[in-house]
Amino acid sequence: MTVAVHMRAPLSLLPLRLDDVVFEVGARRIIRGISMTLEAGPRTVILGPNGAGKSVLLRLCHGLLPPTAGTIRWNAPELPGGPRQQAMVFQRPVMLRRSALGNVTYALKRMGVPYGERRERALEALRRVGLEPFAGHAARVLSGGEQQRLALARVWALRPQVLFLDEPTASLDPGATHEIENVIGALHAAGTKIVMVTHNLGQTHRLADEILFMHEGRLVERAPADRFLKHPASREAAEFLEGELPW
Amino acid sequence: MNSIAEAAGQAFLLVATADPKLVGIVLLSLRISLAAVLIGCTIGLPIGAAIAVNEFRGRRTLTVILNGLMGLPSVVVGLVVYLLLSRAGPFGAWGILFTPTAMVIAQAILIMPTIAALSRQVVADAWEEYREQLLSLGESRLGAAATLLWDLRFSLVTIVLAGFGRAASEVGAVMIVGGNIDGVTRVMTTAIALETSKGDLPLALGLGLILLAVVLALNAGAHVVKETAQRRYG
Amino acid sequence: MVVGRRAVAALLAALAAFAAPAQDRFITVASTTSTEQSGLFGYLLPIFAGKTGIQVRVVALGTGQALDLARRGDADVVFVHAKAAEEKFLAEGHGVKRHPVMYNDFVLIGPRNDPAGIARSRDILEALKKIQTAQAPFVSRGDKSGTHMAELDLWKAAGIDLDNARGPWYRDTGQGMGPALNTAASMNAYLLADRGTWLAFKNRGDLAILVEGDRRLYNQYGVMLVNPDKHPSVKKDQGQAFVDWVVSPEGQKAIADYKIDGERLFFPNAEQAGA
Repeated sequence: MTVAVHMRAPLSLLPLRLDDVVFEVGARRIIRGISMTLEAGPRTVILGPNGAGKSVLLRLCHGLLPPTAGTIRWNAPELPGGPRQQAMVFQRPVMLRRSALGNVTYALKRMGVPYGERRERALEALRRVGLEPFAGHAARVLSGGEQQRLALARVWALRPQVLFLDEPTASLDPGATHEIENVIGALHAAGTKIVMVTHNLGQTHRLADEILFMHEGRLVERAPADRFLKHPASREAAEFLEGELPW
Repeated sequence: MNSIAEAAGQAFLLVATADPKLVGIVLLSLRISLAAVLIGCTIGLPIGAAIAVNEFRGRRTLTVILNGLMGLPSVVVGLVVYLLLSRAGPFGAWGILFTPTAMVIAQAILIMPTIAALSRQVVADAWEEYREQLLSLGESRLGAAATLLWDLRFSLVTIVLAGFGRAASEVGAVMIVGGNIDGVTRVMTTAIALETSKGDLPLALGLGLILLAVVLALNAGAHVVKETAQRRYG
Repeated sequence: MVVGRRAVAALLAALAAFAAPAQDRFITVASTTSTEQSGLFGYLLPIFAGKTGIQVRVVALGTGQALDLARRGDADVVFVHAKAAEEKFLAEGHGVKRHPVMYNDFVLIGPRNDPAGIARSRDILEALKKIQTAQAPFVSRGDKSGTHMAELDLWKAAGIDLDNARGPWYRDTGQGMGPALNTAASMNAYLLADRGTWLAFKNRGDLAILVEGDRRLYNQYGVMLVNPDKHPSVKKDQGQAFVDWVVSPEGQKAIADYKIDGERLFFPNAEQAGA
């Protein structure tokens, strides 16, 4: 278990504080009052059965969804229109109809990186994930695993302070999954805070430093990974771990 | 059946002899409709994309209105533009009534709703897929609209062709604002209308066949360009 | 950069491509479909242009529409054939002076089998009465054109009140001469047409001229410069040049010279008093 504690930039986004956050869609309450703090350092994995609200929580933190009630506060807010300090990788990667290189330079352009630097940084990112030979290929014809790696290359080029991942390897084969986990590890080593939702207990074993366990929209348990996986404190967590087959 | 054969014969004759008047009319028709498409797209595509990616009150109403405007009768557009450009109207001083410029304006107004409504649909469908990722990367709504318009360029080609088809085939608007003046504002469609009203049906039909051939050729060309480009970028 | 600078430039370029071409020497003449479709203008205007360098742009509409166009100041000259409407136009102050130019005649067209039995009659009013009695299909232009107004005058002169006598036999189409002829040809109906359009018309079907030559069928054309005092945008000098030429001996001769299949269509009569 590694704990990389360091301030990435002069103004650290973290810690992120949630206070009594509620999220409703129509009459359905999906997040029922969650209060927690995300600190820099440990790789955080969010676990829970289907419908627990994990993906929604991730999106609330990233700012893709506004909370119905409660507050979500970063330590230093991102400037609107400024370069993003957080990034997100989705279960299905979304690529533009451009080359692999083009997709990464696009993200760099969004960040405000000047024209001259973009190509070099993009190529470096592609190299890092082993996709440099595909730089000129149309991104959308790459395989699922390659596209997900490309998504991570995109993240790598941005060097965000926080990276949210929503089941990034759920649709990938074991080989691709392994590669993705390597890149995530490298990002963590370079100082990015990892917050990941996964169903894969084996992956959790391999990557998590701490675990947030959710059930029916509530944060039921939070513990260091070792302790949680061996001795879950809550009944729901125990049932959950028994139901799931470790990979 | 006979008239069609006769018409085909007339069409062939006109094309084979490269009748200069015909060439002039065809070129004018193309210039006007292509200019109208250019303007219609420049305004219509961003509007469609902007409506698709922004959430605001009254969006649904606006979408319904936009879709409804696709059915704008060309004569109505012609009449309104005529009243605007007439000497007695607000923009009479511009002096562009009965000129090709007026025809371009009328056609652009006619096809803009179609281009906006269809692009709105195409962009909205794609937005479902792209929304979270683009916003996550820090795109503004407007920036996302622009990015999507480029990303969807192959689908948009079809929309542009639809706009061109509507512009090239309409007669009501250009007749009123252009006046069908011989050598100045006579285009394929108004020429066909004229020959029909003179009772020269084979000639009218022949011109119609030529118009059809020109439009089809343009569509075929666009298709080829689209296919080759698509193969490159998936 | 959604509607960026590039897009705006493209827009302006497209419009500029059509900005008023260097052709400043042109006038707009509002005239009727009969003069255009008979081919008279196609013959006459190049002669005028060759002499003066002024291009004449003809917008061909029905007489009523042509005069309305001029009332809005959208034409420099009107050249139509409905004396009463022209004089009203003049009285309203929209025109400068009315000059008679030429006349042609109307002919009563009908199916060869002639259900109303009027063929070769020399009395148009009698013929119309017979058509109404027989309730034979009759196509009217119904578009406030000179021909339409002449037709209405003839019904009135025949003592027939159209509002009462109207029935499914009277087909009010609201169309120009050509389309009305097309309609009559497909319906095998009677209609009143100007000789010029008839001679140039190709889709005759089963129709032929049944009544002609009655003096009441004569159709007078007049030309007027639109009043520049009321409509400052009117091209006064060039418009007047056209009016002057058309009634000049040279213009009148050109009109007389125009023939279809050796047959003269229009008879110049600018000199005729009271025309």
